[in-house]
Amino acid sequence: MTLDTATAVAWITRAAEIIRADESRLTGLDAAIGDGDHGANLARGLAAAVTSLEETQPESPGKALMAAGRGLVAKTGGASGPLYGTGFRRAGKELGDGTDATGVGDALEAMLRGIEEIGGAVQGDKTMIDALAPAVAAFQEAAGNGADLHAAAVAAADAAEAGLAATVPLQARKGRASYLGPRSVGHEDPGAASTALIMRALAEVTAP
Amino acid sequence: MTVGIVLVSHSAALAAATAEVSGTLSGPAVRLEPAGGTDDGGMGTSIELIRSAVSKADAGDGVLILMDMGSSVLTAKTLQADLEDANLEDDGGTPLVRLADAPFVEGAVAAAVLASTGADLEAVAQSAEQAWSMRKL
Repeated sequence: MTLDTATAVAWITRAAEIIRADESRLTGLDAAIGDGDHGANLARGLAAAVTSLEETQPESPGKALMAAGRGLVAKTGGASGPLYGTGFRRAGKELGDGTDATGVGDALEAMLRGIEEIGGAVQGDKTMIDALAPAVAAFQEAAGNGADLHAAAVAAADAAEAGLAATVPLQARKGRASYLGPRSVGHEDPGAASTALIMRALAEVTAP
Repeated sequence: MTVGIVLVSHSAALAAATAEVSGTLSGPAVRLEPAGGTDDGGMGTSIELIRSAVSKADAGDGVLILMDMGSSVLTAKTLQADLEDANLEDDGGTPLVRLADAPFVEGAVAAAVLASTGADLEAVAQSAEQAWSMRKL
């Protein structure tokens, strides 16, 4: 299996569905340490990404991810818009014809680098990077060991969820939560939670 | 030469009021464009509002963008990357943009006053960034 155009569109569509379904949980996590809008913002941004895909009818998986990124940047409204939007655009740009597990691993790494560049966060800052960085590493390791796209995506989703759980004891160093200092300890990071859902969506749509 | 200035805030009112304060101190020659809130009037940031403010502020001498924090900074950085890509494609027809790492209100005033003297983009940016060292007490 490769990440063809239909699968790329399915990934974004499924991510929009599960973020929408979990909107109140994400917003609850964000209300604890952030500004309480992450679920609603990202649901709006991903809905715009889906609309952007319907309007542009992209002819390649790379163009599909770039169109989704543009929708996220334009409509999310909060910090997750430029972060995920830049991430999907970079992934789309990187994703050429090699859409097997190795090629998708390279695209996910481009997503991670783009988000790091815009947000300036590193692992341990209690952000989406704490879920995404281990997810990308697990994906690439699985692909390097010969796993197919689905198996690599499952490894990535599992690693993202473990990364999310590991944000609980961390003290936030980015965003509104960072003003709380030690009071940000003891909560899951909402950005890491949405990243785990987005990686799980990739695992679901690549299932045979 | 007059460098344009764009003010990006989560709040449309804060961006507009900061433009008003800065404009009062700089005089009318400086183009100060607020880009606050989301495109549907809510609290947040909009890349399209910032893009449009940059076009309005640009007189051909470049535009300095000041941001309040958080998504304002991330959205402005994303727009800057977009404009750099566009510049590669259209061979320099897109406005030259610099982001100021500066306190929002104090930086805007410092930038606007220097821009009114005809200083270039880099000098105006440095004026905004030096506002960090202006002690109040």
